[in-house]
Amino acid sequence: MPGADLRRQSQDDLRDHLPGLEPEREVTDWGRSERAARALDRALLEFLYSRWFRVQVAGVENVPATGGALLVSDGTGSLVYDAAMIARAVTREHPRGRAVHLATDRHFSGVPGLGMLMAKLGAVSAHPENLHRLLWDEGELVLLFAAEASAFRDAAARAQAPVIAVEVRRGPPILPMAGRLPPRWFAPPAPTTITFAAPVEPGRLPAGS
Amino acid sequence: MRVLITRGSSATARRLAELLEGRSGVEAVLTVREDEPEALAQIIRGAQVDTVVEMRPRADAVAGCESAGVRKLVLKSSAHYYGFERDAPAFLTEATIRRRPPAGALERSVLAAESAAERLAVRNPGCRVAILRFADEIGTGEGSHQVLLRLPFVPCILGFDPRWQLIHAHDVAGALAHAVLRDLPGVYNVAADGVLSLSEVASLLGKPMLPVLPPLGTGLAVGQLARLGIPAPVELVGQLRFGRGLDNRRLKASGYLYRYTSRETVIKLAEEHRLRVLLEPPRQPPGS
Repeated sequence: MPGADLRRQSQDDLRDHLPGLEPEREVTDWGRSERAARALDRALLEFLYSRWFRVQVAGVENVPATGGALLVSDGTGSLVYDAAMIARAVTREHPRGRAVHLATDRHFSGVPGLGMLMAKLGAVSAHPENLHRLLWDEGELVLLFAAEASAFRDAAARAQAPVIAVEVRRGPPILPMAGRLPPRWFAPPAPTTITFAAPVEPGRLPAGS
Repeated sequence: MRVLITRGSSATARRLAELLEGRSGVEAVLTVREDEPEALAQIIRGAQVDTVVEMRPRADAVAGCESAGVRKLVLKSSAHYYGFERDAPAFLTEATIRRRPPAGALERSVLAAESAAERLAVRNPGCRVAILRFADEIGTGEGSHQVLLRLPFVPCILGFDPRWQLIHAHDVAGALAHAVLRDLPGVYNVAADGVLSLSEVASLLGKPMLPVLPPLGTGLAVGQLARLGIPAPVELVGQLRFGRGLDNRRLKASGYLYRYTSRETVIKLAEEHRLRVLLEPPRQPPGS
């Protein structure tokens, strides 16, 4: 409408116009580096997954084969490791081997070194617009730790993406270890089970969650 | 359509004029070097121009278009409208409203020019206003980043690998022509597909990254860049620290086809650098 507020424009479906894949690139538009992810996997994550935590996975078929979905972890215990193990579980065990984008605390990106490294490993700042683009426009899987229930409920609803609760349970430690180390940065070797619940359509989320 | 393009001496203005001349519906194309808004308004009236492409972020020039009764204004604005923030969304959309005050002179002009364009649109329903926010250009000679990319190394800030989205000179003129020839009132991001990391840019240019800029204090970084011979606006430091990505889909949805991706743009730049090295005469040793 001529003369109207230039910003109030219709929300056409722009998903058809996402940039095409450039196969020569090793880095994504979000900053994720295939090379960095592979290096970390080989150097550390494979070991943690198979030997340190001996991850068992249940319900991975609940993760949809295509389209966006929000994986929400209860976030008890070592967040850093839980995130890495959950992502690896989906990539390894799911028949489609889908990538998972970790939505992180919005302050990480400003930290020199750490912010850059996390971006290279596929972490994305948990800005609502980022979540929407990943879930709705790109149809990707996003992993969020449920520190703020309202944030994830809005993101899922707006993107019409199913929500899948992810439970991480650790058994008793294989070796007795000092329990005084901060759980955020260290988790003793213990058999770990990751369970993916059945997807919940966002319209049906209970009001209190 | 009778079109006037400002900054007539720039490569983009000339390219744009070439794209428009001879198109059906385009009666005349004028490229004008005149800087003064009053004089510009006179030229517009005298030549019966109805479409103006304002190539500079100048609020006073935009206002001048109003007085001259222009029917379509295409404002060449910049992604600097968005500024650089630590916690910006990864892909800025046109709906983003900037809240923070401008960080430097360039951002100030861009914000002022856009406000003027919006006011013009509101007050003149008969005038169609298109605001195009361009990403950093390659190949047009515009912008301190182009000087930076000519260095034998890529300066960076230790601990940061910022995202950078670019646009090729071909698409700068192409997008402007598209906005002139179509009816595109509104705001559009103009940027190539692909958001590169600075390390990717360095690798494509075959240059090493050198962390010569301090992570603390933009003032220090600006000083360092100046020592490297780069007129370093605060905006460039923002790019090297936080980076920025743009959602470029609105313009694509309106029918514009980008010729080059960001990656291809940098590859073309690398080719140009190699050519320039070959074509430069060998330097004479001192004293001979």
